[in-house]
Amino acid sequence: MKPPPFEYRSAHDSTETVELLTEYGDDAKILAGGQSLVPLMNFRMARPSVLIDINQTQDMTGIREDDGHLVIGAMARQRVLERDPTAGVAVPLLPAALAHTGHTTNRNRGTFGGSLAHADPAAELPALLVAMGGELTVKGPSGTRIVPAEDFFLAPLTTTLAYNEILVSARLPRLPSGTGTAVEELARRHGDFAIVSVMAAVHLDSNGRADLVRLAAGGVDSTPIRLHEAESVLSGGTLDETSIDAAATAAADASHPVDDVHGTASYRRDMVRVLVARAIRSAIANR
Amino acid sequence: MSDKHTVTVTVTVNGQVYTGDCEPRMTLADFLRHECGLTGTHLGCEHGVCGACTVLLDDVAARSCLTFAVQADGARITTVEGLAEGEQLNTLQKSFQEHHGLQCGFCTSGMLMCATELLRENPNPTETEVREGISGVLCRCTGYDSIVKSVMAAAGDQRDAVSEAGSAR
Ligand SMILES: Cc1cc2nc3c(=O)[nH]c(=O)nc-3n(C[C@H](O)[C@H](O)[C@H](O)COP(=O)(O)OP(=O)(O)OC[C@H]3O[C@@H](n4cnc5c(N)ncnc54)[C@H](O)[C@@H]3O)c2cc1C
Ligand code: FES
Ligand code: FES
Repeated sequence: MKPPPFEYRSAHDSTETVELLTEYGDDAKILAGGQSLVPLMNFRMARPSVLIDINQTQDMTGIREDDGHLVIGAMARQRVLERDPTAGVAVPLLPAALAHTGHTTNRNRGTFGGSLAHADPAAELPALLVAMGGELTVKGPSGTRIVPAEDFFLAPLTTTLAYNEILVSARLPRLPSGTGTAVEELARRHGDFAIVSVMAAVHLDSNGRADLVRLAAGGVDSTPIRLHEAESVLSGGTLDETSIDAAATAAADASHPVDDVHGTASYRRDMVRVLVARAIRSAIANR
Repeated sequence: MSDKHTVTVTVTVNGQVYTGDCEPRMTLADFLRHECGLTGTHLGCEHGVCGACTVLLDDVAARSCLTFAVQADGARITTVEGLAEGEQLNTLQKSFQEHHGLQCGFCTSGMLMCATELLRENPNPTETEVREGISGVLCRCTGYDSIVKSVMAAAGDQRDAVSEAGSAR
């Protein structure tokens, strides 16, 4: 299977990318790591007439801390991010989630921003952004705008990005020290897309009450979902088996999975219950 | 770049410079096979799933079916043809031969390139790390066991070579 013909342009930076997207209109697509776009082109599920390659850009690769936040450039390679010491300390969910994101060879090329812009509902990084309440920085012809993660993902493979906008970076709040985190994922094989994935972060105050709870799930709706109801069940309380069970049930109730070849909707909902309970317990144990 | 429909690509593959004209849609895999005549890089699925097409692109393992040749312009590439030292198979290749790390050989170039990167980054891998490291390459013949053994044994041989060199000094 070969991709359909296209015109190739290589952009020098994010500003030129926006100019090229504006010039070519709807038919142009950004090429980042190519790990999702090129298979789609080979299957003829995507037929962009122009590809704007952003692999030569230098202004979107950084990973840095800024005022209590971790800022990750869209062109940071997933493999680089996975091994970045600053990122791993600020948001320990990152290396854990990336270990499930495809195989090493995919992560060598695949980018942080590419995974977010691709918006697969079963992908790990979008679920992580939603769990952490991250913010995405989007650049268009009239400047940049900030989009909260929960507003960025609209439907499978669909985001709020306009045809001439590029995702340049995302900000994640640094987790306070002593926060326990866990990624629980059910997949057929290591490196496969998740059937269900759950991201959890929990921090307890000096009285053992939860003063920070973040939960999100992937693979159970048309976008990754933040599990607000389950978070409220746990927030402010001591986390015992009764409250963990109640939170897991609330999470399953908030999920709207569909049947597909990998599993039925009811199986997925059951797995949300199991994985949410497991993720909370291992987050508490990992503090 | 010539015109809108063809591009000129120059790559250094296994130390040798190749230049060719192609459409932007030509994958690096097809460029290596058809323009450079290096057919050791195999194409199984052409959509990123099987890993047979893995090469080192500027020393980093990449699926050559998901990279366009034009993107590799100016890059340094290592393919399976570049592993042997002259007529001598390298340690990893010898280990695959000794431990039956291949049957039909279709996946082997991808396995070797993937394992080359793995052993460079982690010279003392555990069996689990080897299994995870090669998980991106599919093999329909061996059941993976002999491949894992080959990579583990190659890691051991590399360690022996390093300590011998050390004690000889
Ligand atoms: C075998 C295999 C297994 C995989 N398994 C997983 C998995 O388990 N979990 C998972 O999450 N992913 C998985 N993936 C997908 C992989 O993580 C991709 O890296 C990721 O989905 C896309 O990133 P990319 O940089 O390759 O983007 P590309 O493929 O280059 O682009 C993807 C889309 O995003 C757009 N885009 C890219 N960058 C930007 C930007 N900065 N601004 C705006 N739009 C942009 C492109 O136009 C395109 O529409 C797998 C892929 C393969 C081949
Ligand atoms: S041919 Fe490239 S991954 Fe299968
Ligand atoms: S040896 Fe035949 S596919 Fe691996």
